[in-house]
Amino acid sequence: MIGIEHYVVVSSILFVLGVLGIFLNRKNVIVILMAIELILLSVNLNLVAFSAFLGDLVGQVFAMFVLTVAAGEAAIGLAILVIYFRGRGTIAVDDIHRMRG
Amino acid sequence: MIHIIAFYLFAVLLIASAVLVIMSRNPVHSVLWLILAFFNAAGLMVLVGAEFIAMLLVIVYVGAVAVLFLFVVMMLDIDFAELRAGFVKNFPLGILLAVILLAELVLGFGAYRAGALKLGEADGTAGVIAGRSNIDSIGALLYGEYLFLFEAAGLVLLVAMIGAIVLTHRERTDTRGQNVSKQNKRRAEDATVNVKPEVGKGITL
Repeated sequence: MIGIEHYVVVSSILFVLGVLGIFLNRKNVIVILMAIELILLSVNLNLVAFSAFLGDLVGQVFAMFVLTVAAGEAAIGLAILVIYFRGRGTIAVDDIHRMRG
Repeated sequence: MIHIIAFYLFAVLLIASAVLVIMSRNPVHSVLWLILAFFNAAGLMVLVGAEFIAMLLVIVYVGAVAVLFLFVVMMLDIDFAELRAGFVKNFPLGILLAVILLAELVLGFGAYRAGALKLGEADGTAGVIAGRSNIDSIGALLYGEYLFLFEAAGLVLLVAMIGAIVLTHRERTDTRGQNVSKQNKRRAEDATVNVKPEVGKGITL
């Protein structure tokens, strides 16, 4: 029978893959943003699994708020990426410290 | 039985597509694998009876966020091969960090299984209402007890929308747009002039 343990294992593997993705693609901001989406997805999976197995819907309500923040974060992150690319012609994050406001 | 098969199918596909998101050479492929990962996560959520969040995941993530990523990836003209230069160099460090993180998570989970932690029990006030569907119960909770948090979420989205517009908006000077107020202010007497040219001579405009 599938229990809470299975869900926790899947979401922790997903979380670690997201962190690994940030480290492997340190230059490519787009893939870093996608890795952050993976991390937030694993958090949502965890919240929903605990909510379902404990019989408490608050976890699902909270997962919805995480979803809201993830959508806002993706929109703002990609907007920053677009203006950064417009100004510099590249999205390599190695020299992103030159932005200085 | 079908429950177990479906769980393992979704879980394996979810993890495989997550690996491909961070490993693939082309970011367009990464976005497409990300969409597959979202679909499989939604499947896992449906399996435990959270249909509303699962459908929200498909609509919000696949319909909005992933398409936004796809647009940005295709809009920017980037040499992606150059951006992968540090991939091999960062690989051992990344794997080391991932293994440490996974070991910590396993340790925490082991501590929980050993009974060292008491997470507490749900008090039962926020369970699924008997005889009502998942979305019905969530709606009762969301528009009742969590109304202000719900409105705060709407505010977050509003701020994100205004922020994205403010950041990416730019005044174009190289295009000739229509200036409506200038057009409406223009009168016939300003625009036309009566002249009486002499015979055989032109006029200067």
